[in-house]
Amino acid sequence: MAVLVFAEHDNRSLKKATLSTIAAAQKLGGEIHLLVAGHGCAEAAKAAAQVAGVAKVLHADAPQLDDEIAENVAALIVSIAPGYTHLLAPATSNGKNVMPRAAALLDSQQISEIIAVEAPDTFVRPIYAGNALATVKSADAIKVITVRATGFDAVAATGGAAPVESLAAPADAGLSRFVGREVAKSERPELTSARVVVSGGRGMGSGENFRLLEPLADKLNAAMGASRAAVDAGFVPNDWQVGQTGKIVAPELYVAIGISGAIQHLAGMKDSRVIVAINKDEEAPIFQVADYGIVGDLFKVVPELVEELKK
Amino acid sequence: MKVLVPVKRVVDYNVKVRVKADGTGVETANVKMSMNPFDEIALEEAIRLREAGVATEVVAVSCGVPACQETLRTALAIGADRAILVASDAELQPLAVAKLLKAVCAKENPQLVILGKQAIDDDANQTGQMLAALLGWAQATFASKVQVAEGRAQVTREVDGGLDTISVKLPAVITTDLRLNEPRYVTLPNIMKAKKKPLETLQPDALGVDVAPRLKTLKVTEPPKRQAGVKVPDARTLVEKLRNEAKVI
Repeated sequence: MAVLVFAEHDNRSLKKATLSTIAAAQKLGGEIHLLVAGHGCAEAAKAAAQVAGVAKVLHADAPQLDDEIAENVAALIVSIAPGYTHLLAPATSNGKNVMPRAAALLDSQQISEIIAVEAPDTFVRPIYAGNALATVKSADAIKVITVRATGFDAVAATGGAAPVESLAAPADAGLSRFVGREVAKSERPELTSARVVVSGGRGMGSGENFRLLEPLADKLNAAMGASRAAVDAGFVPNDWQVGQTGKIVAPELYVAIGISGAIQHLAGMKDSRVIVAINKDEEAPIFQVADYGIVGDLFKVVPELVEELKK
Repeated sequence: MKVLVPVKRVVDYNVKVRVKADGTGVETANVKMSMNPFDEIALEEAIRLREAGVATEVVAVSCGVPACQETLRTALAIGADRAILVASDAELQPLAVAKLLKAVCAKENPQLVILGKQAIDDDANQTGQMLAALLGWAQATFASKVQVAEGRAQVTREVDGGLDTISVKLPAVITTDLRLNEPRYVTLPNIMKAKKKPLETLQPDALGVDVAPRLKTLKVTEPPKRQAGVKVPDARTLVEKLRNEAKVI
């Protein structure tokens, strides 16, 4: 019996979330096969072959698999699913898009965003924005699972030497056409894998004011994030959003600035190792989860913080 | 063109949920319930499509206990033309809901189904994708912009690295993200009007759907609590603590 992991990649290398998903797969028992699907992703397949603990890489390369078109990618997964006990994918926007489609075609009730494996059929997953943890047992023959990357320590990206096998892709379903992509350009680390995250909330007051956080993020080599309130207010783009409905992060250091700490935001960052909060309201709920808090005006404290970090 | 909008009744966004003492779930008795916020966005989008002359009818559907009728009345007050309750006292998991919705689609023949990307209770993020799969339709998830023309929908999607735009053939399923629109407020006259709008009730058996849950919840627990830390007086102390105590910078 074997476990299939659907790899998240950028055609050249694997995303870190894939390595965490493999770590989850290792807790299930059985050989681990890594599916690298896309168009022009041979480099990523090569990188996949080096990942510690992978027994085989399946490389499916075809134009219809480009651009994460769910109908085609799900059909590919379903075509090889019968050989597996579990199908796992990272709970990225791509994994969340594709896996439930594959699950329904396999008549399997997906288990979303697991954070722990209790047994090969029993998993722990957060519900209600992480305010409760449900332990669920699946009776489905093929278990379809998405994995919350912050719940598992990534396996080593090297050390393995798995064979790469080519896989034919099903024909284009002809339902969806890719039109274009606006990639958020940033020199900064990626939000979900950054060691440090600096986030701003409604207290920033405007999108313009987010510039104030840039020197701080530069100094800490941090990714920049935001609360839903800041996104709702139109200060920053949605792909900055940390929380129940945005990205889930667990960096070494999370700096929350002008963020009150709504439940839905805490859901996205409360597993960070060290949390710092800067807020003028000393009653703000963010202070209940922060390791270090400063009650004060962020427009004064943040520049001071940058100066102190220079010392 | 008919648009179907599935709406879920969930514990209100502002309620701090409590895990039941016996570990079987969270407390939902005497707790304020509301329409899942993402479904509200879906409904708003459908109504805007009707107002723009693209859609002709908006049908809201909810699966669950009789009290889901309240959620449907809200949907009617917001502007849905009629509503369907698929009545079930069973625990409905996403796959079962997708199957029920597929059966409703077979009766209603919508060209578009718009629903929230996830419900804020089970945080599953599955139903839309599953419905599209079962129907063999295109899916456009996490939408932040929707344009419908000439038998296709052009949808801008919120993805991890930015925005993707795809064009899907209709009929299709669209799931909504946060920034698609800002739902309107319900007005009192519309609440009154909603009482007279048609609300039909269907039974899962009559739709030929087996809704038995596939996942068994063994227990529900409180997550480990994070201890509140200390307040520090200034930036200098903070940096000192981060360097020497937390050793994180």
